[in-house]
Amino acid sequence: MSGLLMPKADDATMSRRPDIVTALRAIVPGEGVVDATNAMRVFESDALTAYRQLPLVVVLPQTVAQVSRILKYCHENNVKVVPRGSGTSLSGGALPLEDAVLLVMSRFNQILEVDYPNRVAVVQPGVTNLGITKAVEHEGFYYAPDPSSQIACSIGGNVAENSGGVHCLKYGLTANNVLGLEMVLITGEVVRLGGKHLDSEGYDLLGLMTGSEGLLGVVTEVTVRILQKPATARALMVGFPTSEQAGKCVADIIAGGIIPGGMEMMDRPAIHAAEDFVHAGYPLDVEALLIIELDGPVVEVDHLISMVEAIAYKNGASTCVISQSEEERMAFWAGRKAAFPAVGRISPDYLCMDGTIPRKELPKVLAGMRELSEKYGLRVANVFHAGDGNLHPLILYDANIPEELHKAEDFGADILRLCVKVGGVLTGEHGVGVEKRELMPEMFNEIDLNQQIRVKCAFDDKHLLNPGKVFPQLHRCAELGRMHVHRGQVPFPEIPRF
Amino acid sequence: MTIFTPKTEDEIVEAVQWALSENAPVEVVGHGSKRNLGRPLQTEHTIALSEYSGVTLYEPDELVLSAKAGTSIVELETLLAEHGQAFQFEPMDYGPLLGQAAGQGTFGSLLATNLCGPRRLKSGSARDHVLGVRVVSGRGELFKSGGRVVKNVTGYDLSKGMANSWGTLGIATEITFKVLPAPETETTLVVRGLADDEAARAMAIAMGSSGEVASAAHLPLNVSGRVIDGDLKGDASTLLRLEGFAPSVNDRAAMLKGLLASAGTIVEVAGDTSHKLWQQIRDVIPFADGTEHPVWRVSMVPMEAYKLVASLRMGAAVDAFYDWQGGLVWLRMEGEPEAEAVRALIKKYGGGHATLVRASTSVRAALPVFEPQPAPLAALSKRLKQQFDPSGILNPGRMVAGV
Repeated sequence: MSGLLMPKADDATMSRRPDIVTALRAIVPGEGVVDATNAMRVFESDALTAYRQLPLVVVLPQTVAQVSRILKYCHENNVKVVPRGSGTSLSGGALPLEDAVLLVMSRFNQILEVDYPNRVAVVQPGVTNLGITKAVEHEGFYYAPDPSSQIACSIGGNVAENSGGVHCLKYGLTANNVLGLEMVLITGEVVRLGGKHLDSEGYDLLGLMTGSEGLLGVVTEVTVRILQKPATARALMVGFPTSEQAGKCVADIIAGGIIPGGMEMMDRPAIHAAEDFVHAGYPLDVEALLIIELDGPVVEVDHLISMVEAIAYKNGASTCVISQSEEERMAFWAGRKAAFPAVGRISPDYLCMDGTIPRKELPKVLAGMRELSEKYGLRVANVFHAGDGNLHPLILYDANIPEELHKAEDFGADILRLCVKVGGVLTGEHGVGVEKRELMPEMFNEIDLNQQIRVKCAFDDKHLLNPGKVFPQLHRCAELGRMHVHRGQVPFPEIPRF
Repeated sequence: MTIFTPKTEDEIVEAVQWALSENAPVEVVGHGSKRNLGRPLQTEHTIALSEYSGVTLYEPDELVLSAKAGTSIVELETLLAEHGQAFQFEPMDYGPLLGQAAGQGTFGSLLATNLCGPRRLKSGSARDHVLGVRVVSGRGELFKSGGRVVKNVTGYDLSKGMANSWGTLGIATEITFKVLPAPETETTLVVRGLADDEAARAMAIAMGSSGEVASAAHLPLNVSGRVIDGDLKGDASTLLRLEGFAPSVNDRAAMLKGLLASAGTIVEVAGDTSHKLWQQIRDVIPFADGTEHPVWRVSMVPMEAYKLVASLRMGAAVDAFYDWQGGLVWLRMEGEPEAEAVRALIKKYGGGHATLVRASTSVRAALPVFEPQPAPLAALSKRLKQQFDPSGILNPGRMVAGV
């Protein structure tokens, strides 16, 4: 594992490995404990494949009682634990440690209850995000947050990362759609937060747990809100001569009281890469392209489409196409959803960044990126969740050229610093994990970080759960926030990423 | 007795550091409008944030507003309304229920008591809209968390951690919220004459339909006449609020009238009257009777809550009405609070929590005002308090005795 400093493996724990394996086998019988090197190989990284590490041992419990006993054992014996869902993290949140038990929750894959009158579903954490929607869609319902990896990512992982998606300006993040959790503390104690009812009788521990990246507890059950599917959805594809005009259009739509279901922006390099790849019909003579989706009752969507069209032309749109069919709407999206692989076609390698900025700062940030692009001599293509300000710059480089990876990494770090400088943040949806932990001081001072670590202390005083993630280690290292993609070898190639 | 009224963030830090150095617990308030809520304090000193006020950032196009903790909520709502925007979580005003003037609350209380209103089901509460905080902890240290953007997973969400903490973890000095466009049009469909259980079913059907119902409440017969100048007296009223652009509201109203045609007679309350009706439900006006008769705020599973009320009615004189599709019950007790009975029935019917929001000071000192937590959860909450306020100087005992 080059360049990444993880907590030093504890020799005493390593030497106790046979005892630990035996103890785990006594808790989870049969194939639930994996200790053979070859069999553990599939767990050695998550979707941030730049980093790999074999765990001490893998355990796949099936019951809450087993999770409780595993954690209690580890707590009493000072053994570290790394929880893992589907392993789709883009920030190394589920990266194993040499001296830690890898606690894999994939066997918790049951939908426990669907309650339509109360509009909730109670599921186990290993159920996939899309699996919830699949279980309720025959009744016209769905689960709203839709991270791009939704066919594979687990709801437990969504809770750990507070996952978003393209619809979160209107429908909220995971934190806004989860009503209750059952979780096991590192001591083995089982606690329930919330449920089918709303809000907490005390501190908002549910809010703290969501997005805590597996450092505070292990989720064993999740209660989520399910919603009635919108009656219809239509999209506009709008091209602009400048990104400033596109940005102004977004601001005017929101100022007009309209909250679109989705609002995505692409810059010229991203438009060209996507169009060359999937031939979505994107205009090639524009600097910025917006895809704006309105959803809801038919009457409302028709009303809003005409309002948005007027706003687009008022802001100097050079082209504005309105979807007239579901096929056409999907075609508008096809290019956007193919943007990452499309960039992978025009460059041997790319890094995917994930910052969020105040929307109005987009022109400034794009201009700053152009300057950085010249400085580093590397191309960059941008896709942007324009509604919520989440920016995904894709930095193009060739790992076979000496020093180019290093240059790309420096470029990426400069972009994230620029995001923070204009009032934004280091990560909008991919998480800190191991990937961006050393950049945390760009956003937080020592007091800020210490107070976060004190929350960790309240939940896990021995720091046994997922150590080495989120918070800066004692020494800096050069690794900075990005997803490595080499020669199109995207981690989990079958999962769309956008 | 000392009352600190800091005018700067530095002065707030100094006040907390003074309290630490003197080992003197302090009460933290805005204007003190919620002193009669929660457990009564016995502190000698007070930090009042009433003079730490003002908007620090408002960018309507960016849907974001930051203000200092002592800013008046009413002033902020007025500012937002001038730009066609609002706090979508519709914070309630406890003033009238607690026998005080309306409009006294300060910005800090939105998050500290996690306020919300009838849109809770669809739009969440304060905790769902907070983006960032600056906080002086009980260690006398200023820390920040979150930011000013909607999508942010950088570090733990300590902003949400401050929600419903009643000033016991830290003093939020400045808070940033997401704001949203106020609905252009609103109307309310009123289904007349339903029993509580029938109302629960009708509301579930409406909320589960494509009608995008923003709020659903039920006023039983003896409560129905106590809103909008008695316009709804004479029969129980089940209320469904529709909001949005006019063509959409009209379309959904027509759809829902068809869907619920067999449930009962449906009348419509439109525009400003609808707005006033939901404000009165939000602020519990039916029970704002100037008395100290105990009032409970109960959050339960929507389809179970009416069973609690039915069971209670067999043993005690209670008045009740429902918000949040039935899942929020406001209970007014004619006699004793009956805390054990109320809480046992909540457990029996699917779980939830009850807060004693109105009672005399002596009753609130003697009874657990907030729902007691199971031992492991109570211990975890206590550990969290210790990590923020190890000396126990901020609002000690405000939520739980001894914490």
